[in-house]
Amino acid sequence: MPAVDQHPWPQAAAAVRDWLAGPATSGDLAAARAQMGFSLAWHIVVACLGVGLPLLTLIAEWWGVRTGDPSYRLLARRWARAMGVLFAVGAVSGTILSFEMGLLWPGLMGRYGQVIGVPFAIEGIAFFIEAIFLGIYLYAWDRLPPRVHMLTALPIIIAGVASAFFVVCANAWMNQPRGFTVRHGRVVDVDPLAAMFNPASPPQTVHMILAALMVASFLTASVYAVSLLRGRNDRYHRAGFFIPFVLGAVVSPVQLVVGDWIARFVADFQPVKLAAMEGVFTTSSHVPLTVGGIAGDHGLKGGLEIPNGLSLLVGFSPSTVVEGLNQVPPAQRPPITGTHLAFDLMVLGGLFLIGLGVWLLLAWWRTRRRGESDPLARRGTRLFLWLASFSGPAAVVSLECGWVVTEEGRQPWVVQGVLSVRDAVNPAPGLMTGLWLVLVVYAAMTVATVYVLRRLAGERPVPVAPQEADVTGYPVV
Amino acid sequence: MLADTVLAVMWLGLMCYALFAGADFGAGLWDLVAGGSRRGRPQRALIEHAIGPVWEANHVWLIFVVVMLWSGFPGVFAAVMSTLYLPLTLAALGIIARGAAFAFRKASTQLWQQRLFGACFATSSVVTPFFLGTVAGGVASGRVPPGLAAGSTVTSWLNPASFLGGVLAVVTCAHLAAVYLCADAARGGGPDLVRAFQRRALVSGLAAGAVALVGIAVLHADAPRLFHGLTHRALPLVVLSAVTGVAGLVLLMRSLWGWARTAAALAVALIVWAWGLAQYPLMLVPDLTVARAAAPPSVLAAVLIVFAVGALLLIPSLGWLYALFQRPGTGAAAGAEDTR
Repeated sequence: MPAVDQHPWPQAAAAVRDWLAGPATSGDLAAARAQMGFSLAWHIVVACLGVGLPLLTLIAEWWGVRTGDPSYRLLARRWARAMGVLFAVGAVSGTILSFEMGLLWPGLMGRYGQVIGVPFAIEGIAFFIEAIFLGIYLYAWDRLPPRVHMLTALPIIIAGVASAFFVVCANAWMNQPRGFTVRHGRVVDVDPLAAMFNPASPPQTVHMILAALMVASFLTASVYAVSLLRGRNDRYHRAGFFIPFVLGAVVSPVQLVVGDWIARFVADFQPVKLAAMEGVFTTSSHVPLTVGGIAGDHGLKGGLEIPNGLSLLVGFSPSTVVEGLNQVPPAQRPPITGTHLAFDLMVLGGLFLIGLGVWLLLAWWRTRRRGESDPLARRGTRLFLWLASFSGPAAVVSLECGWVVTEEGRQPWVVQGVLSVRDAVNPAPGLMTGLWLVLVVYAAMTVATVYVLRRLAGERPVPVAPQEADVTGYPVV
Repeated sequence: MLADTVLAVMWLGLMCYALFAGADFGAGLWDLVAGGSRRGRPQRALIEHAIGPVWEANHVWLIFVVVMLWSGFPGVFAAVMSTLYLPLTLAALGIIARGAAFAFRKASTQLWQQRLFGACFATSSVVTPFFLGTVAGGVASGRVPPGLAAGSTVTSWLNPASFLGGVLAVVTCAHLAAVYLCADAARGGGPDLVRAFQRRALVSGLAAGAVALVGIAVLHADAPRLFHGLTHRALPLVVLSAVTGVAGLVLLMRSLWGWARTAAALAVALIVWAWGLAQYPLMLVPDLTVARAAAPPSVLAAVLIVFAVGALLLIPSLGWLYALFQRPGTGAAAGAEDTR
């Protein structure tokens, strides 16, 4: 490591460096990937809540103002308080990610930061707007007329969706790099718009935004499903369950269609990733769809095979040729077992959520037909609520698995076909130390977030300005 | 020309971060030294009230600067982040602890929780600007050469200029916060609170002045190139900053809160620009200039367009945010709703 320093500190410096870490090793690459993966996996859940929760809160507030029903207004205030906490941790965990882009992957940012800078710049503006109006929405509850106050939620929702869109555009670029040329080792002819609106952007952004709505909806719904199971069957808890659950149930089947779209896209544009997702080792026609299974030497072992399934899914015909991993040398193949199982788990979670939605639809339809009023009064409700209480965790598992598929399926590339993770990582020593530090801090933050959110859920009366514990003049209940 | 504009816009963001988020950091420092939980309650309440609605928006300036840097000057971003990754990791952890703990404290009602989260918030409010200051010191004193992790991971930030940068950042934040809080206290906090923050503002202002004077000697010995820039091209800005700083203290003693606020902010802003002017056109020592470090014109133009459109949306929104919480809340609106 070339030390460029003209000052008389070399001995102390060496001592500190040895204490922190030895020279950079391949373990440091693993540590960098683990740290990035961990902090992204953490942020993505909070970010999804940041996209979906404002919408749910606005629906509850609007319904409360319209009907004058205090249950809805109480819900809106509770969710707004949770939103305040989640937005704060989302803001800081997002900042950490922007740091980590440089701290861990300077090889990527130093060359290509300019190419994907524009979507990040727009995302920054959107995030700014989100933060400003969140400040207004959370704190001006008692300073603005109800209608104006509700209007201040709209910029939060729009900016939240926009943030998700532009950030995922940048990720899509890593899958389908466009808008630049490498000439004599230099990045030239940069076209930021072509980079941002690359072919992977449409399917990936739609898939992600719908996923965010699903995660926020089902996570919120499962909290109230547990309350309903515990016998708190009142208007407040029923509204807390139905508003998010119905939103999630409406989005889930759409997500199935979008999921099909993105899988077809991957088959066309990133065949090696699809091969890893589905465990296809050799290019051929009549490829079966294998559910589960672990990668062996020549194929998946122990999975359930549906003959011709994958060929049918990709090209609607058993004779469709599906490209296999043998298209690229072994060093350029992504890890198969992990990618494949993550993909199956994501689909499984999605189907489970769709099934729950169908269940509620059937129950509602039957109660309507018999002239009853309450779909939750039917037989089987307890089983439904019990399953629904797992809808949030299932949505999160699907989310994380989907993200693992996107990222693991692209390995060993950080930018598909252009830059490998090995060439992108920070060559400085001691990344392992950073990983441990970050793990400890995130563990503490997770514990504190869950603890605080649980406390918020039980607190009465709910203060009028959700973030001001000292404003108690206008409680709802 | 395009590159210079992008740099200027980025520097504007850096100035905003120093002026707004800096004051939030400083408020955390005053939270830390406010005394026991009973004695410090009024001060902590004022601090919480003042920065609660705005700190997230203020914090975004940092993301703005980071994104501008990597879009406009990717090589500089990579060099700074990879060489200075230790202080930047520590600053990042401080940012996490501060933001999260502040939100957690607002949401908790029990004393022990408020103490725990409060201590976390306040300590990290000191740690974060210190490490960000060491980063500034490392870059300004020319210890970050171009290239990936090409500088020393240790001495690039463990050096006199970085230490000066860290201390100056903490003291300046404290001064800004105290001056801003005087006005907030005068609006709704009572005379004791006003006097407390007036005293703090004066003390921290004098401390900032003292650190700056010592800093002259440190930079002369440790960062001759920066010293030369500050005492030649950027000299008018440095002198003006000193003058406004002193004027701010006089205004503070006369209890002219609004003017004192302006003067303190101006003094800090001038120092930020003085650093930029002293170093221009060099971004990284020895020879990476703005023009050579810049991304292609297509990117710079796109970034500037994004910023211009963004500014059209952001400036009125920010104005509304600050205006809304700079006047006392009446609660009348919600009251009207509840009695319906």
